[in-house]
Amino acid sequence: MKTFDLKIVWTMLGYLLKAAVLMIFIFPFLWMISTSLQTFRETMTFPPTWIPASPQWGNFAEAMQAGPFLTYFRNSVVVTGSIIVLQFLIMIPAAYAFAKYKFPGKTLLFGMILLAFMIPGQVTFIPVYLMMADWGLVKTLLPQIIPFISNAFGIFLLRQYFMQIPEEIIEAARLDNASEFKIIRKIMIPMSKPALATIALFSFVSHWNDYFWPLVMTDSAAVRPLTLGIAMLRETEGISNWHIIMAGNVILVVPILLVYVFCSKHIVKAFVYSGIK
Amino acid sequence: MDKKRIWEGIRPYVLIAPAMAGIILFVMYPVGYLIYLSLFKYNLMNKDKSKFVGLDNFTQILGRGDFYKALWNTSIYTVGVVILTMLLSLLIAVWLNKKGRFNSVVQAGIFTPHVVSIVSISLVWLWLMEPNQGLLNYIFKLVGLPPSAWLQSSKTALISVIIVSVWQAIGYYTLIIVAALQSISPSIYEAAALDNASRFKVFYKITLPMISPQLFFILIIMTIGSFKVFDTVQVMTGGGPNNATTTLVYYIYGFRTTNIGYSAATGVVLMAIIGLLTFIYFRLLSKKVHYQ
Repeated sequence: MKTFDLKIVWTMLGYLLKAAVLMIFIFPFLWMISTSLQTFRETMTFPPTWIPASPQWGNFAEAMQAGPFLTYFRNSVVVTGSIIVLQFLIMIPAAYAFAKYKFPGKTLLFGMILLAFMIPGQVTFIPVYLMMADWGLVKTLLPQIIPFISNAFGIFLLRQYFMQIPEEIIEAARLDNASEFKIIRKIMIPMSKPALATIALFSFVSHWNDYFWPLVMTDSAAVRPLTLGIAMLRETEGISNWHIIMAGNVILVVPILLVYVFCSKHIVKAFVYSGIK
Repeated sequence: MDKKRIWEGIRPYVLIAPAMAGIILFVMYPVGYLIYLSLFKYNLMNKDKSKFVGLDNFTQILGRGDFYKALWNTSIYTVGVVILTMLLSLLIAVWLNKKGRFNSVVQAGIFTPHVVSIVSISLVWLWLMEPNQGLLNYIFKLVGLPPSAWLQSSKTALISVIIVSVWQAIGYYTLIIVAALQSISPSIYEAAALDNASRFKVFYKITLPMISPQLFFILIIMTIGSFKVFDTVQVMTGGGPNNATTTLVYYIYGFRTTNIGYSAATGVVLMAIIGLLTFIYFRLLSKKVHYQ
């Protein structure tokens, strides 16, 4: 009987400790939301205000007025959307060729893709910027889009997936006189939906959140994405206006958190899958 | 018939052409261009005035204290982040390994910071670490600890940035380790149970070797990733105070407009470091790792 009681106590302690760990990772976001609804006075009081007396929805309007946020938002959507669409158009045929054809130079060319995967943008950003400037593109969104349309990692992942699709299915389709284009469209794409979803989610999360690349590739508000706009709130709003800065931050975080809540299983799988393979 | 043959011969190249063009244009060519730039005293306003200086930029790098400071900061950051993240995620992963609803909720929760932009994370932590109104110092006060200056003092700034990076990274690595743990066949543990092996021994002799490929992977990914750290530093400290958090990429970034040749040379050094790290890891460790 006694050991039984002890077991319950241990289980309860385990739950409590787990809840505590969970809070360490969730609380900063709750605190961000709380602060975004506080008055300036409330952010300055000590002990801190946990729940604002009357939620200050106006903070969001004020944050939005600190810069051309509609433009930032549109830029983020256009850049992220274009990258995903173009990546797919380029990646699928390439992965198909690498998975299903034999041709001279294949190993070498695929090796280049793997090598490209290992060279980070933090190393090559200066030459890429100079190229973009030479081509007269720095005032457009293109420097944030075109360097990413050839997704080395995506090609690698999709090729692995395509290789698992049995040759017999493709041969049967060829006997029925299906064109290669039709094989890709009717067989390869439908059969590799999980891999395609993985790559799309991965691209969405990393490009929507990207900060470094837009920072070095843009020099005017007209082409900046949301991440840069929010980061600049500290300059336009002053470093002590935390309620406004956090309101801007909520605007940046909420879309991605909603996506995460609705497809957390897929996102987690996508990240883990790409990490293990 | 002949036409069809020719088409079949060039077809693979046509299909991979756009992808290869992107990779050559935006990865391979820039690497070459970077090395080329590193040999010049580059004039951004008037390219014709750029001067070939050979390896001057590199000798300059090796003689400058601020470069060593950046290299040192990056190394400390990397060692700190890698060790703390690996230990904590291994611990949490073993703890949350059992399948269950609450465990998956906790796993999804600690993964949340990983899908959020570094900008947001940095801003939230800047607010938490604010020395006077920040919540962390309030909690410190509650439990009777002296307040910390966090990011405002050169003594604590780097460790503060490390804390934030570890906090953000743990969820991802925990999930990878959990996935690895769950792929271990239960029959191995059953055999160990028959032998009455202690829990510690089971962990040390079975679990650890079985997940060593994933741990090895994490070690590489995290070390290389840490050497590229920039965003947290840029948003949270701007490299300060007193260069206490200037990392290599931040250093490169700092010279991008004023001295492109020098900046490019530092980029070449960073690339070499990353390449060398990858090489050493594969050489030294791949033999010791137990692959299934």
